[in-house]
Amino acid sequence: MIHVLFDYTTLRLIWWVLLGVLLIGFAVTDGFDMGVGALLPFVAKTDTERRVAINTIGPVWEGNQVWFILGGGAIFAAWPALYALSFSGFYLAMFLVLFALILRPVGFKYRSKREGIAWRRNWDWALFVGGAVPALIFGVAVGNALEGVPFHFTDDLRPIYEGTLFGLLNPLALYCGLLSLAMLVMHGAAWLSFKAEGPVADRAAAFGSKAALITAILFACGGILIWLGASGGYQVTSPIVWDGPSNPLGKAVAVNSAAWLQNFRATPWLAIVPLIGIVAPLLAAAGFGARRAGLTFLASKLGVACIIATVGLSMFPIILPSSTNPNDSLTVFDASSSHATLRNMLIATVIFLPIVLAYTAWVYKVLWGKVSSTTILKAGSSAY
Amino acid sequence: MTNPLLVELSRLQFALTAMYHFLFVPLTLGLSVLVAMMETVYVMTGRTIWRDMTKFWGLLFGINFVLGVATGITMEFEFGMNWAFYSHYVGDIFGAPLAIEGLMAFFLEATFIGLFFFGWDKMSPRAHLAVTWMVALGSNLSALWILIANGWMQNPAGAVFNPDTMRMEVTDFVAVLFNPTAQAKFVHTVSAGYVCGAAFVLGISAFYILRGRNIELAKRSFVIASAFGVAAALSVIVLGDESGYTITDNQKMKLAAMEAMWQTEPAPASFTAFGIPDMQAHETRYAIEIPWVMGLIGTRSIDQQIPGIFDLVKKAEGNIRNGLVAYDALQKLKKNHTDTEARAVFDKTRGDLGFALLLKRYVENPLQATPEQIHDAAWSTVPSVPSIFFTFRFMVLFGFALLAVFLTSLWYTMREAEAPRWLFKLALCALPLPWLAAELGWFVAEFGRQPWIIDGVLPTFLATSELGVSDLILTIAGFTAVYGVLAVIECRLMLQAIKKGPDAVNEMGSFGQFATTSGAGAAAPAE
Repeated sequence: MIHVLFDYTTLRLIWWVLLGVLLIGFAVTDGFDMGVGALLPFVAKTDTERRVAINTIGPVWEGNQVWFILGGGAIFAAWPALYALSFSGFYLAMFLVLFALILRPVGFKYRSKREGIAWRRNWDWALFVGGAVPALIFGVAVGNALEGVPFHFTDDLRPIYEGTLFGLLNPLALYCGLLSLAMLVMHGAAWLSFKAEGPVADRAAAFGSKAALITAILFACGGILIWLGASGGYQVTSPIVWDGPSNPLGKAVAVNSAAWLQNFRATPWLAIVPLIGIVAPLLAAAGFGARRAGLTFLASKLGVACIIATVGLSMFPIILPSSTNPNDSLTVFDASSSHATLRNMLIATVIFLPIVLAYTAWVYKVLWGKVSSTTILKAGSSAY
Repeated sequence: MTNPLLVELSRLQFALTAMYHFLFVPLTLGLSVLVAMMETVYVMTGRTIWRDMTKFWGLLFGINFVLGVATGITMEFEFGMNWAFYSHYVGDIFGAPLAIEGLMAFFLEATFIGLFFFGWDKMSPRAHLAVTWMVALGSNLSALWILIANGWMQNPAGAVFNPDTMRMEVTDFVAVLFNPTAQAKFVHTVSAGYVCGAAFVLGISAFYILRGRNIELAKRSFVIASAFGVAAALSVIVLGDESGYTITDNQKMKLAAMEAMWQTEPAPASFTAFGIPDMQAHETRYAIEIPWVMGLIGTRSIDQQIPGIFDLVKKAEGNIRNGLVAYDALQKLKKNHTDTEARAVFDKTRGDLGFALLLKRYVENPLQATPEQIHDAAWSTVPSVPSIFFTFRFMVLFGFALLAVFLTSLWYTMREAEAPRWLFKLALCALPLPWLAAELGWFVAEFGRQPWIIDGVLPTFLATSELGVSDLILTIAGFTAVYGVLAVIECRLMLQAIKKGPDAVNEMGSFGQFATTSGAGAAAPAE
């Protein structure tokens, strides 16, 4: 049993799943922080209302953000070629994300340290940018991964990216960016209506039901567009060596407009994942209307998870396709770390991830309860 | 070959962002432990002054902490963005400690920091104390993993080059974890962080004592900071990381550059207290030497020799010639993976592959290098001796100055009599020293590692991403602008909190009644 678990092929599959778990973990935790940031100017009008919105995430955003940092570290460790290629290829887009994510922690921490209307208004903008910009860019990045990215490797495996910043802004990528923004706005609104009280929660529910509907529609239409062949897919055409050395230069990949749906055709029951990706946001939209905050938040989480999982499932075993040299595309079986590193990292994850989840749950429990203008004004003692 | 300007700009950007990040990290390391110690006293004695101290220093800790976090995000992603070839070449080893840092350490500190600020009324004092210690533990574990990663760049233990994947791969993870260079670096860096925390608390407490305000808080803080500072400064000096410099040839080169030691001397070598190293003439002018000291510092012995630069260069030339054999075999393996003869040759010589890569600075195909180029490449393994020589000396000087300040402070606080005013002025003046020493230390360690990004494995000039120069100029300008603005804001908030003293806890949010409009709090920044 242990032997099978630690076999190279299995480890690569496990790390592919863990890559998904990390991205989903990031999107369902830090995702609502970004959604709240993006909603901040719209759901909260007065200073107290803004503080209500900010303090719903005040004590937890920092821990949530670690999912993002860990995502970077884990991709570096388990998929070094993906880390090297995507981060240098999407260079200026990554810089924008960093710019936004640097503003965000500082915005939370410093906003309420001074009175001044201008001071606070500026930080509110910083928080808005820190939420909306990454939400948009992450979607754009996923869209580019679906579309294929112009890159190749030299025979030293030096990654060369041939595109530009504006090349990233192709129609499919922008479409995915909008979907990602709508999805995280839905998620942020679900958190606000769960955690806040009063007008902030009311407005959040109104925005949330719209965002949830848009999410469901965009996601469903995206599926139809891909089915109609609007976006090219990529398919490995040479026999896959499951446990071969991680060298992406030894295989053949073909462009095939039906490829992204191939896995669902081969294994029809997998279609349950995209189906939930449509139904769960619809449930969330209904939940916002019925003001069932807890259920709405759960539905939103499920929707976010399934939408992200759908992308992974439809691309498998490809991780990052090359549009200019399809044969150089990265796959699960030729872009991972070595056998030893995947094993060591899995051991570390199995030990530490449950501990992290346990104390994160404990912290959320300690901080359980609603945030309203009364609690902010009264217990302003412990508020941003 | 990669555009040399791109390489220089990538290095500049890394230096700027890393050194900026490292303005906040040492204080986080030291202050987290000091705050946890203060809260421990509060929980043990129940005296509320210690709780007030915890909250006040905790407020300053929070202002600093957030910038450490924000600038740390950049670091985690900069390897992939600017150093793509590096990331692919060594990600198999280097990525793991970064990922484990996130999982084991950063989650811990970031999850509990929210409770540290927001949980005072939500849990028992003991539970809150445990939370505070978790934040301190998380910060320190974070440093451990980052320095395991950095230590591997200085001494790449437990890994070999795999010709099938064209990258370095781990062979012995335990050797990566227990890398002696990493251990030495961890102890040295964390102690430096404690010195930072102690000097910060000492200096600000001295300011209050000089002003005759917040005396109760300031006196207690002064005592705890001076005691903690003595221990930390002793540790930083005694456990200095030169002890890690005798392990590999490249680390030995850094040591020789620090000492501007051109010729190997009979053991124990003398220490050059002052001199003007000359890179062209390969000699140190006006040298003032202290016998024995260098041998003692460098080898912790009186009979081990420390090799000089000339001998190390001669050795590097041999490594290059051996590396060329590996390079040749690798080219054959690239064409035919099943060439067993080439593989056997490669396996024997692969340890020196990186040295052959040094030749790519002079010639596209290293196998066509002339003897002069091999000679030049061997000399290129010598880092800039004067810069390393002087920055090292200033770092050491500041370290000893801080030890003197802490010792004097501790001496006076242990006596009955009132401490003289000059002592507090001295403590205030010493405030910037640990930051200067820490930045200089970073420079000695990383600039002294040049021309390598991974010692003996990969030259820095090959390691970057294939970006445009304009991309780099744009992001360097962007980071400079954002970081500059944040530095100004941070300093103003810090000064505002310090000016208000413990009342700031009530006025600046995070644990206090928020909306009072008295004092400087009403002075919103002019726009």
